[in-house]
Amino acid sequence: MSDKVKVVIVDDHAIFRAGVRSELTDGVEVMGEASGVSDAVLLIERTRPEVVLLDVHMPDGGGVEVIRRVAAAGDPPRFLALSVSDDPEDVVSIIRAGARGYVTKTISGPDLIEAIGRVHQGDAVFSPQLAGFVLDAFAGATADEHEDDLDLLTPREQEVLRLIARGYMYKEIARRLGISIKTVEAHTSSTLRKLQLSTRHELARWATERNLLD
Amino acid sequence: MLAGVCSGLALRYGLDPTLVRVFTVVLTIITGGVAALGYGVLWAVLPAGDAAPGGRRWKPRQGSRARVRTGATPPRRDFRGSWAVGFGAGFITLGLMFTFRETGIWWSDAVVWPLVIAATGTALIWRQFSYSRRERAEAGERDSRLGPFRGGVGIALLLGGAILFLYINGVLSSGGKVALGGLTAVIVIGLVAAPLWVRSARELSAERAERIRSEERAEVAAHLHDSVLQTLALIQKNPEDTRRISTLARRQERELREWLSGKTEADRADSLAEAIKSVAAEIEERHQVAIDAVTVGDRALDEDGAALVAAGREALNNAARHAGHAGPVRIYAEINEDVAQVFVHDRGEGFDPDRVPEDRRGVRDSILGRMEAHGGKAEIRSIPGEGTEVELTMEKKR
Repeated sequence: MSDKVKVVIVDDHAIFRAGVRSELTDGVEVMGEASGVSDAVLLIERTRPEVVLLDVHMPDGGGVEVIRRVAAAGDPPRFLALSVSDDPEDVVSIIRAGARGYVTKTISGPDLIEAIGRVHQGDAVFSPQLAGFVLDAFAGATADEHEDDLDLLTPREQEVLRLIARGYMYKEIARRLGISIKTVEAHTSSTLRKLQLSTRHELARWATERNLLD
Repeated sequence: MLAGVCSGLALRYGLDPTLVRVFTVVLTIITGGVAALGYGVLWAVLPAGDAAPGGRRWKPRQGSRARVRTGATPPRRDFRGSWAVGFGAGFITLGLMFTFRETGIWWSDAVVWPLVIAATGTALIWRQFSYSRRERAEAGERDSRLGPFRGGVGIALLLGGAILFLYINGVLSSGGKVALGGLTAVIVIGLVAAPLWVRSARELSAERAERIRSEERAEVAAHLHDSVLQTLALIQKNPEDTRRISTLARRQERELREWLSGKTEADRADSLAEAIKSVAAEIEERHQVAIDAVTVGDRALDEDGAALVAAGREALNNAARHAGHAGPVRIYAEINEDVAQVFVHDRGEGFDPDRVPEDRRGVRDSILGRMEAHGGKAEIRSIPGEGTEVELTMEKKR
């Protein structure tokens, strides 16, 4: 039992929580469910899960607020964002708050379990959609304009993201690029870190433009 | 404190209301009353709006169509300071008098005290009458009996000021100067009646806001009726056909997202990325196969772009027909000003390029032919057992 990943589900929709719970069978132990921000913070403190499945949109600040408050208490678990939203602004803001990945609620049970395992190991989880957003967010930056490494994706990181957006799995990407799966994971993790830490003004502008145009 | 103009401005620009107020008073004194005029103008012009930040509880996605305002909260007013406002108005008037006197615009010392008293009374009346009973109740006015009392004192002060003015000017004793007496009466009546007029205008504006809200609600309801409820009915009628249910659900999701995004048809017509998404939707509909579309960047849809979209449609059609059973088909497009690339990826059985089935070769030719005719490239990679990917590249002509 102890090798199962300890998970809590945070979502304000009871039907959805029940659905996810019924799908999480192999290798995952659901420690509890919470329906709101304050509930979630208490539940996480009490059950000390390893991975939190976190809804982006909830009353009182949503997933971003949960991450903020849990992180403030110290020693936070890892967060995987789960949302119906495909609004780039939502996605990027929850990743920047500290989530290790983002998947849509239509994800299949086995894929979700795999994503939980990946987040648990400290890797990033990129759906094709998220890879697309990140490429969009970092598009247009060139090496000579930006001195800060955080503001740029390396050509290899871009290549990995493109293959994810095209629908390839990590092992297929590894084979295509002639690298190991671990290296693929290293690229996605460093992309995630850049997305979280970059102060690139284009990133902010990109979100604003989206807000106006999309 | 007077009409909420300062606090409104403060809220709008994120400043401390007290700071704005002090600034306004100082400005009034410096400019000799011109700023006070500005205050009046702003009061009349600024909308009585959603005061509290966070009044929009539900943050919609972008676009005005989707913007459903949830209950515009009227600005909270504090009525406890009414006396202070009355005396404040008196002092401000006194200050103005001195300012005018200093600057030389002056006619007679006799008007000072009547005007100060009248201003105090007027301020009290305005505080009392220009807000509706509901607004006062919402502001938590505890003792409702105090209200009319304040108003009465206000009227008494205003009348007292007017009579004093007339007395000092010798109207009452001589019985003459009818014009001045009449003018004073008109001003007094105007000052008493104006707040009542303002109050009814306010109530009218609240009614209008309510009407706009209910129209918005009706629009949302009509849309949900035509879309989501219809889809749910269809799903209930076909409970066994899981493939159809899934297609219906995906189509509904797509439509709802489009509607929430607030983009118009015109926005979509001119966009290469949107054209690719709509082709994905069309093929998904036709074959009842899930197709996930991801696009990065965008540019205007030109003739080359249209050819790229048409070739992409063929590739999707092909993938959906031969590999739709094996998980979602994916289309990924990366677009910038110089080059547009489209990838169509399926997880079907794949095929050996040397032994291409007849029907596939046809499609392949049509894809290749179409791209080459517009100066583009097409490449098809297939690995037996893993799936097929079609890569389309269209470079901008120089």
